Order: sequence, then structure tokens, then C-alpha cells
Amino acid sequence: MAVVFGRAGGAGTATPTIPPLVGARRARRRFGDRGFREITRAAGLSLVVMVAGMAAVMVHAAWPSLRRFGWAFITTSNWDPVAEQFGALPFIFGTLVSSLLALLLAVPLGLGAAIYLSELAPRAVRPPVTFLIELLAAIPSVVYGLWGIFVLAPWLRTWVQPALGHTLGFLPLFQGPPYGVGMLAAGLILAIMIVPFITAVSREVLLAVPRTQREAALALGATGWETTRVAVLRYGRSGLIGAILLGLGRALGETMAVTMLIGNRPEISFSLFVPGYTMASVIANEFTEATSDLYLGALIEVGLLLLVLTLAVNGMARLLVWSVGRGPTVVRE
Amino acid sequence: MADGITVTKLNAWFGPSHVLHDIDLAVAPRAVTAIIGPSGCGKSTFIRCLNRMHEVVPGARVVGTVLQEGQDIYSPGVDPVEVRRRIGMVFQKPNPFPTMTVFDNVAAGLRLGGVRDRGVLNERVERALHAAALWEEVKDRLGKPGAGLSGGQQQRLCIARALAVEPEVLLMDEPCSALDPIATARIEELILELKRDLTIVIVTHNMQQAARVADATGFFLLGELVEFGPTSQLFTKPVDKRTEDYITGRFG
Repeated sequence: MAVVFGRAGGAGTATPTIPPLVGARRARRRFGDRGFREITRAAGLSLVVMVAGMAAVMVHAAWPSLRRFGWAFITTSNWDPVAEQFGALPFIFGTLVSSLLALLLAVPLGLGAAIYLSELAPRAVRPPVTFLIELLAAIPSVVYGLWGIFVLAPWLRTWVQPALGHTLGFLPLFQGPPYGVGMLAAGLILAIMIVPFITAVSREVLLAVPRTQREAALALGATGWETTRVAVLRYGRSGLIGAILLGLGRALGETMAVTMLIGNRPEISFSLFVPGYTMASVIANEFTEATSDLYLGALIEVGLLLLVLTLAVNGMARLLVWSVGRGPTVVRE
Repeated sequence: MADGITVTKLNAWFGPSHVLHDIDLAVAPRAVTAIIGPSGCGKSTFIRCLNRMHEVVPGARVVGTVLQEGQDIYSPGVDPVEVRRRIGMVFQKPNPFPTMTVFDNVAAGLRLGGVRDRGVLNERVERALHAAALWEEVKDRLGKPGAGLSGGQQQRLCIARALAVEPEVLLMDEPCSALDPIATARIEELILELKRDLTIVIVTHNMQQAARVADATGFFLLGELVEFGPTSQLFTKPVDKRTEDYITGRFG
């Protein structure tokens, strides 16, 4: 009954219960199996080698900066290529703040759209709207940047920022002159860019929630919204966290549109109106000017930090998804 | 409660297909009524019409009257959400909320109904778990995920979840079809206990099950109620030739 197979392609493949195949075909098949295994193994290993090699080369190239500044590189804010003083804190700050601002705006919008598309929208509306949202993800980042400079920034400068300053100007967040470009513009454009990702992934997650879960809630006397909250969102929450972190990962590394809109001034300010700078933008803007080993090393160290940051976000995502996936551990309160 | 459910001229559709034709049937209170019939005969659709769950499927439609407590649940002013709170339902496949603990699963309906008081929740969850004959097995693991229970326990958890909101009627749509014989026997015992307080309607494809638990049985075929009467009579002296053919195993 139970036939125990040896390793695929190995010598022990045929057990007595399997009639022997024609010799030549068998040899050829075994050769094909082995060749296939070697090719896929080479592909798998080369990826590992590439990642390790890239990290090694980056550490090597960043070495002058790493040795010279140590921890001061990420705790100081002075970025002065002429004096060869490099502190990357404003870039780290700019990357984190612009990405978190983007999440803050994009998560409610993206989740809302996903819930609408999976739970509420009439059947006829779903495919075209889904298609349009996914189309947004295909627009090149430089086009977003261009639109941001010529449409979004002037609109922020003339309407939104004066209005915000007027009504909420007592908060440090909304103080300062309205430039248009700055942290707010960068956060907004990032939000628009990651909404399609969050929506598309969340929609798939919600559609994968079994109908029996929705019916369980409905049969208990849940209203439409309660059903979504109790049965659908809870069931899919690990996937939804994954969707959000996917958006965050993209926002952290996004370069072109942000570079065009953030203002590129290495400054740490509580105000969203003030220009900032991100890690990706400074690399894109300054790599052609980096003439000395130290300057280049500093830029590559910024790249290294960005790599570490995205790895950390992904690691956190895995951890969260894993802990959520194990189910609740809350005891009876 | 003393009225049971009176169904009159009930018709149901899925899109263009007419799946239930003029069903007239009276469900006795505090008794078990079984619905039997071959696959696709409309028995599940029928039971889903009794708590307005049929209409949640897109394109589904119902016409007719279903009197419960003297009120037509299909009359215009009636809120289906309210109907479903009074008439609980257990499904074919156990469907506890997998992200919730055993306790939270049972409390889910109460919380939806606005019960926030910790003491009330504790008391009613415990009572529901006792009623579903699950308390002894889960009392030490109320904080563990509901999905970690065995299939039979999960189904009793779903029964407890339905009972926690203290419905007057419990609808069971083939509740044992995903369970092994031992788990099935436990659920059947439970049904016999529950009927002291509840009106139960159970859909089953298992005729022995209907014979074991039901006071009255209805036989559905091709969307029509062929015959309805006391279980013993339906199984021993069926009036209709088609019922006889079905229960003697000539088709279905």
C-alpha cells in the first residue's frame, strides 16, 4: 500500500513494488532530475551570495565613514560635505516621518476602499474600480513627482497650508511659512502612491475570508458593519497588517517623487510645512558630487542604514504576522 | 414561544431559479422538527428562510409569510437583524471565529447585543457552555483559541454561541455532517435536551438522525414539501409514494 520513495532522482527511487522502467528512459530521467536540482540550487544560492556580497561591498565602501564617525553618524545632524562632517540624523528623521505620515493617510483610505470593494460595492462597480486602483500602482514615480510639483505643491501652498495654519496653527505641526514643498507634500504623494498597494492586497485578504465566517456573524444578529468588524476584519487581520507593512516598505524606499517634493533640506522640525530630506533622496541627489572617499562612504552608509531599516520593517512584519497568526493568547479578563 | 413557527405559501429564488414552491408548514414549539430530502431539494434554503439568512446571498429573493410569535418576519417593518437575534442558527461546517478565544466566541453575540458587564458576560457564557454540554471540556481553556478545539467541540461551541443570546428558536443546517459518529451522538443527545426550552428545526440528509431526534419530519423534493407529519408516521406509514421511495432508499 504505502510506497516509500527515496530522494527524487537518487539511486533508491525504485522500490520493489514499482515495475522497472525501460533502462535508457530511466537514466535520462535521472539525469534530468539531477540537472534540474543543480540548476535550481544554483539559482537559490546565487541569491544568497548576491545579498551577502552586496552587504559586504557596501560595508567596505562605507568603511571610511563608519570608522571616522561611529555612532555619531546616526545621532548628529550636521551634513557638511565641504568640512567633511557627516551626520545622517535628518535623513533618518525625514524618511521615518514622511513614511509614517503616508501610512497615517493611506491606511484608512486603502482599508476603506478595500472594504467597500469586497463587502459593499455593487457587483457591477467592483471590476472597474479595482482596475483603476491597480492602475494607480503602475504610474511611474517620476510622473507622480511631476504632478506633485505642478499641481499638489501649489495647491498646498495657496489653499491647504494657509487654512491649516489658520485653524490648527497652535500645534507645532502646522507652523511656519507655506512653501508648498516639504514634509506634508512628500507624505501626501507617498500616501497616494502606496494606497493602491494597500487596497489591492487588503482586498485580496478580505475576499479570502470564508463566507461561513460572515454568515456566523449575521446569524448572531450582526449588522453589516458589525459583520465586517467581527468576522471579516478580525479574520483577516494578519493579512491586513502585511498589506500595511508592504505599503510602509515601499514608502521608506521611494526616491524619485519624494526627492522632487520634500524640499531637500537636512533639517529636523516638528512642522510638516518645513522642507526635509530623506535617506533615499540624499543618495540620489549627491552621489554624483561625492568626490572624496569619505563623502562617498557617508552616502553608502546612508544606503546601508536604509537597507537595515527596511530589513527591520520586514522583520517586524513577519514577527507581527507570525504572532497574530498563532491566534489570541488573551485570557478571560 | 408557545406559537412555534407557521410558514405559509413560502417561495424562494436564487436569481431566476425558483427553488422553493408554496411551502406550508407549522413548526411546533419546544419540539424538534426535521427536514429531510435529497441534495438540492431546497431543504437548506427553506431553513435559511426562517431567519432571513437566504436573502444575504446576492440575487436571492423570498415571498411568503413566516409567522413567529404571531409576527410575520417578512413584513415590511421588520429588521432582519432583530429576527436573527431571536432565531439562532448553527451551520453545516463548524465556523467558530478563529481569532477569538473560546470565551469570546460564546460572548460574541452578547457583545453585539450591547452586553458589556463583565459579570453578566461571565455568567451567560458559562450558562451557554453548560447548555451546549461543553463546559466540562473547556472550563480550563476559555482563554485558548476556539479553533483549537476538536471538530465536535467546535460545533458545540457554535451551538453555545447561538444559545448565549437566548434565542427562542434554533435552526440547525446539517449540524453533524462534518462530524464523526461519536461527536454526532453527543450533538443528538444535546438536541433532545435543548428541546425542553427551545423550538428546534434541523435539516439533515441522514434519515436515521431524523428518526432519532425529531418529533415531526418534513420531506422535501425538488423545492416542494411532499409530506409533513409526526416522525413515526412519516417513516412507517408514509402517505405519498415519493416519500416511501425515498425512505426505503429507492433514490436520493
